[in-house]
Amino acid sequence: MIELSDLCKSFGPYRVLDHLDLSISRGQTTVIIGRSGGGKSVLLKHIIGLMKPDSGKVLVSGRDVARMTGAALAEIRKKFGMLFQEAALFDSMTVGENVAFPLREHTRLSEREIARVVEEKLASVGLSGAETKMPSELSGGMKKRAGLARALALDPEIILFDEPTTGLDPLMADAIDTLIAKTQEATGATYVVISHDMEGAFKIAHQIAMLYEGKIIAKGTPGEIRNSDHPVVRQFVEGRAEGPITVV
Amino acid sequence: MTTFFEMLGRPTLALLEGFGRITVLFLSAVSWLFRPPFRLRLLFKQMEFVGVRSFWVVAVTGAFTGMVLSLQTYYGFRTFSAESLVGATMALAITRELGPVITALVVAGRAGSAIAAEIGTMRVSEQIDALSAMAVDPVQYLVTPRILAGVIMVPMLVVMADFVGIAGGTFVGVGLLDINAGLFMDKMTTIVELDDIFNGLIKSAVFGLILTLVGCYKGFYTTGGAEGVGRATTESVVVSSLCILVSDYFLTAAMF
Ligand SMILES: Nc1ncnc2c1ncn2[C@@H]1O[C@H](COP(=O)(O)OP(=O)(O)OP(=O)(O)O)[C@@H](O)[C@H]1O
Ligand SMILES: [Mg+2]
Repeated sequence: MIELSDLCKSFGPYRVLDHLDLSISRGQTTVIIGRSGGGKSVLLKHIIGLMKPDSGKVLVSGRDVARMTGAALAEIRKKFGMLFQEAALFDSMTVGENVAFPLREHTRLSEREIARVVEEKLASVGLSGAETKMPSELSGGMKKRAGLARALALDPEIILFDEPTTGLDPLMADAIDTLIAKTQEATGATYVVISHDMEGAFKIAHQIAMLYEGKIIAKGTPGEIRNSDHPVVRQFVEGRAEGPITVV
Repeated sequence: MTTFFEMLGRPTLALLEGFGRITVLFLSAVSWLFRPPFRLRLLFKQMEFVGVRSFWVVAVTGAFTGMVLSLQTYYGFRTFSAESLVGATMALAITRELGPVITALVVAGRAGSAIAAEIGTMRVSEQIDALSAMAVDPVQYLVTPRILAGVIMVPMLVVMADFVGIAGGTFVGVGLLDINAGLFMDKMTTIVELDDIFNGLIKSAVFGLILTLVGCYKGFYTTGGAEGVGRATTESVVVSSLCILVSDYFLTAAMF
């Protein structure tokens, strides 16, 4: 479904993605783990064409997003939903209007039906009744959940989640993980999730891929990753400061 | 030697690059005028923001511009007993020049800067990326309604400023300085032609385009967080004021 090959991206002298290869299967949840500042968000933005690689391909359903522009790119983006790391809610609109936005843009639903979907999506992320609030009135975690509701609104084929549970309390984080796992199962969509939270990752992932120094150094089922003997993966999974990765 | 050319070349290149980007932004915004979806709701919202909400500040500046013009012209013209020409001179200056320019500068400070700040904030908080990710073209959604609102509303504000300015000038001339009302109005209506007003409005449409386009451009290319938004806001006012005054000279030279 999504095929990244030989992807390179640098900002100035600093190479963030270094000949990266990754294939993401259709109908599965792939969790990408890696260090803070390691390029996970950059990687996600390449998948939806918000960033263009210096070289390499980003194939989505066989078409190279990196070389698309204008109407063709917009067309392929309609398949996507995306949760941004900082939620990126439109701050001139209410939470309800934010969630309704993709529905108004890309469907012919009536206002009644839109209101129903908005209510349902907000309820599923624990924000019932927040329709008329402005994003500036929400806490960080509430913004993230509103962003999640917006990403889910169209039930798209592919959803990219940039750290859906970071900044939530453990109970809410678990509830969101459950929601992600359940929705994925129900819709059979392709999910790409960035996460720091290993417990959550093991819970929702079909596949886990680890990004390290610009490359995917390991990929496998949660079981395979948990029992990996790659020293870097081991250190990350166990959350130790000592090991092959120099932390500070 | 290289350093000399570098010193000269770097700002020139930056200027050319900026000019290129603003041209591309403009053409892309214009191309969305002719392709659906037409976002009338956004257009009306921007017309209200750029136009309606500038009403009072433009009215007050317009009135006082006319009033001070009458006063100044009167002091000058009195020395050779041409007081009856005060009205005509004042009205000519307002319709041709001061109405459009002062209105544009006021709106650039009020609405142009706000446009840069709003779009700049959307840029640094990834809201523009979010639009793109949801398959909505940010130029079509953000830029086209704003520049169209500028081109429509600034001339309308100028019509109002002309009117209020002339009324203010007449009040000072006839009411306070006791110039003969008949002569004042007579000279004014014979000397000021419809063309003067009309050309002033063409200028103001161009100014409306400049101040909204520069605001959008500065906002669109904002980098560097809150500080960057502040910088974009200030620069939008400086750049659009300069562009308004410079283009005013050339438009005037071409038209009158
Ligand atoms: N627009 C940009 N311009 C310049 N550098 C950038 C830009 N975006 C990201 N970077 C750099 O790329 C690197 C990777 O950033 P990225 O946001 O992908 O990290 P991340 O893995 O998502 O980290 P975190 O887990 O903390 O969100 C960082 O060093 C960052 O400074
Ligand atoms: Mg990130």
